Amino acid sequence: MIAIIEYNAGNITSVARALHAIGQDFVITDDTKMLNAASHAIFPGVGAAGEAMAYLKGKKLDTWLKYCFQSGKPILGICLGTQIILNQSEENDTYSIGLVAGVTKRFPENLQAAGKALKIPHMGWNSVTLKHHHPVFAGVDPAAEYYFVHSYYPSPEDDEAVLGTTDYGMTFCSVLAVRNLIAMQFHPEKSGRPGLQILKNFCAWRGK
Amino acid sequence: MISKRIIPCLDVRDGKLTKGIKFKGNVDIGDPVEAAREYYEQGADEIVFYDITASSDKRDIMIDVVRRVAETIFIPFSVGGGIRNLEDMRKVILAGAEKVSVNSAAVLKPGIISQGARAFGSQCVVLGMDVKKVEVSGQTPSGYEIVIEGGRKHTGIDALWWAREAENLGAGEICLNSIDADGMQDGYEINLTALISENVHIPVIASGGAGKPEHLAAVLTTGKADAALIASMVHYRNYTILQIKNYLSDQNIQTRMLW
Repeated sequence: MIAIIEYNAGNITSVARALHAIGQDFVITDDTKMLNAASHAIFPGVGAAGEAMAYLKGKKLDTWLKYCFQSGKPILGICLGTQIILNQSEENDTYSIGLVAGVTKRFPENLQAAGKALKIPHMGWNSVTLKHHHPVFAGVDPAAEYYFVHSYYPSPEDDEAVLGTTDYGMTFCSVLAVRNLIAMQFHPEKSGRPGLQILKNFCAWRGK
Repeated sequence: MISKRIIPCLDVRDGKLTKGIKFKGNVDIGDPVEAAREYYEQGADEIVFYDITASSDKRDIMIDVVRRVAETIFIPFSVGGGIRNLEDMRKVILAGAEKVSVNSAAVLKPGIISQGARAFGSQCVVLGMDVKKVEVSGQTPSGYEIVIEGGRKHTGIDALWWAREAENLGAGEICLNSIDADGMQDGYEINLTALISENVHIPVIASGGAGKPEHLAAVLTTGKADAALIASMVHYRNYTILQIKNYLSDQNIQTRMLW
């Protein structure tokens, strides 16, 4: 059984609907007993970090995520969920859980591509260049694009943690992977078939 | 690099498409959920629903449509039309839409933009702007004025000022509709689109006037739009989304080509 971690984040129902569409059973819960019983954990998120983090701490879900990471259970971070698993944030240090060493940074204001100013948030479809193979991306066309909407991006300390990068006037880490954890800045639940394939792959992944 | 987005717009009244959309085999599809599925499968990057239901007691029908669309397609979609307050926004978002578009209500009560951005995040709040070309004057220095009630009512508000103001209030995106070009299928209002896009820092969706792929190419380059809204040209089967994207690709305009 897959568990979607329930907290104050907007896209939980979108993730649930996508799992439903791929025929995957799931629970949405913030109860650590139920989370412990699950085979996989999905940590979604969209929007404001502050409230989300306060809720997580209130439910001791930050501690549970650390324990879960140690236990070897496969974890999937999405968007805000990806940003707050790092140990530092330019937005506010208290917003971070610290599963992986790194900083969540804001895009610089003067981003350009081909002499044209780029908008923030980075909103729309963009591709991901993988540094190496990962089971969660198995069978997904390397030219596939994914739906992004964000003003901050994850920047892990260790280059080894970077699985995929994306260009938006600069190259940033759009997918990070450490052991049983894989976390993406884009929204697989809103990225059409390639996104659904990633969710399917994650649900079949054993975290190794 | 980021792709330009192609966004079909569906007008819905009392839970039904207002214009018959002819898909494969010329079957007339009156169900917005089925139309959304077709465009999702054809490669639409996003879908916009515009609810023109007049009577308020029938508005909950749209919420049910939104819920069914969210179960059917896995790309972002937005809902606009008749969104008057935070409660209306909440209903649409909880039903599964990524974004809510506010138009007249934001002109009358700009606070709805900041309230929506605080409650759901800026990325959820799209400002819909209906714009008409007017004489350059002290009141409208850009030469473009905001109109409401489907273009019937002038507001005296300068379009460029309003776009910047909405960005400051927390709008995450602007859907810019030219009333002059709308329905003419004669091309987007390029000057207006470039003016707004160059002067805000949030993405701009161009709307009104699309009839041929060339029109999209122009507004996505010269018009500096981040996305282009289309309606009749795909609803009447004059073009498929793939044909449009292939044309743009030939013009070196990047769009999402795999779905």
